[in-house]
Amino acid sequence: MHSNNHLPEPILWLQLIAICMIAIGLYLIAMVISNRRFRKSWSIWKVFSFGIGVVFIFSASIGPFAIKAHSDFYAHMTNHLLMGMFAPILIAFASPVTLVLRVLNVKTARRVTEWMKSWPMLLLTHPLFAAFISIGGLWILYTTNLYALMQQNVLLHIFVHVHVFIASYLFTISIISFDYLPHQWSFRFRSIVLLLALAAHGILSKYLYAHPPEGVSKIDAEKGSMLMYYGGDASEILLILIFCTQWYKSTKPRVSPGTHSFV
Amino acid sequence: MEKSSKHVKASLTNHSNYSSRNLWGGVLFGLGVVAFIDETVFHQLLHWHHFYDKSTTDIGLVSDGLFHAFSWFATIGSSFMLADLHRRQAFVIKRWIGGALLGGGTFQLYDGTIQHKLMQIHQIRYIVDITPYDVVWNITALGMIIAAYFLLKNTNIRSEEHHAFK
Repeated sequence: MHSNNHLPEPILWLQLIAICMIAIGLYLIAMVISNRRFRKSWSIWKVFSFGIGVVFIFSASIGPFAIKAHSDFYAHMTNHLLMGMFAPILIAFASPVTLVLRVLNVKTARRVTEWMKSWPMLLLTHPLFAAFISIGGLWILYTTNLYALMQQNVLLHIFVHVHVFIASYLFTISIISFDYLPHQWSFRFRSIVLLLALAAHGILSKYLYAHPPEGVSKIDAEKGSMLMYYGGDASEILLILIFCTQWYKSTKPRVSPGTHSFV
Repeated sequence: MEKSSKHVKASLTNHSNYSSRNLWGGVLFGLGVVAFIDETVFHQLLHWHHFYDKSTTDIGLVSDGLFHAFSWFATIGSSFMLADLHRRQAFVIKRWIGGALLGGGTFQLYDGTIQHKLMQIHQIRYIVDITPYDVVWNITALGMIIAAYFLLKNTNIRSEEHHAFK
């Protein structure tokens, strides 16, 4: 965070490590409670996934790397890649909502699932809406003077970071979900939205190559743009692979070959 | 014995049920593979193409972005579709290859005429006379489409039924 600029580096590291440990600790406690209640124990891979996701999120938003990103567009883009593209997939796999529902008592859990079926939650987890706020948000960030403004305003800076993660997370779970979700859209619809969102991301990356955001030099913009383009590809492949695996599992023929329809 | 005839029968009905999935799975695969070769061979290895060309129009950027995203999706998605066809014993290799040639040829022709020439996203190579390159590029594309036409004609469901009841 901005106000931490004057803090010495060891303190920044300690701060980062402490926050990550608290988040992972809470997840582990929830896992232990859940394992006591349910016969099927919580997957250890989900714990790893959550841990790495949390490290990505916080190292991109607080601590030494985050501070470097204030002056360097390439470093900013690296953080953006970790926080906006890889962390959401990792956290989505960790299924935090399911874990929370397992820990809560039945009455509260039921109230939570009812609340999740309310229209604001349905809207937030709608693939089109989530794609719009995540990719649309990036277009606004890099093509207006918002990027320059957020470097000067601490609150705005925090807001942008939180928005990038939450919007990307909502988009990720609306496309690939391992977790409890109020409504799951058809594979066909989700594949169209995913395709358009990936295209919009690629187009923005290339656009930045020739049109640097305010306050970013041409060389920095070119480096950042290529990172956004190819780094984006890497996480996109991961997203598509998971999406297709889920389709492949769901369309498995059950009765006899040839009776199951597409989508 | 009975089991194997049942198997053949199931396989035949599957061929007609999944004929279009064989075709479209092939189309997607061909499209994805040609786009992938374009990206790795011409952009990354030979460095003939450029990441961004100053003459690129906005519509060119949009077209390029859509096809780039689509190529990843098509390659991976069609591989899963292929696995699914195998799982259902409904894979018709000739129809699938026909689809692949159609998808690949169409994309290459689109890339070679509309994207390179009309939208000016980038050229095949940055040298004085690129006419021979353009000719080879587009003739290869046409050849693929023509080969696809014959393969698809041969594996049309109607002609397949004809063979089955002969």
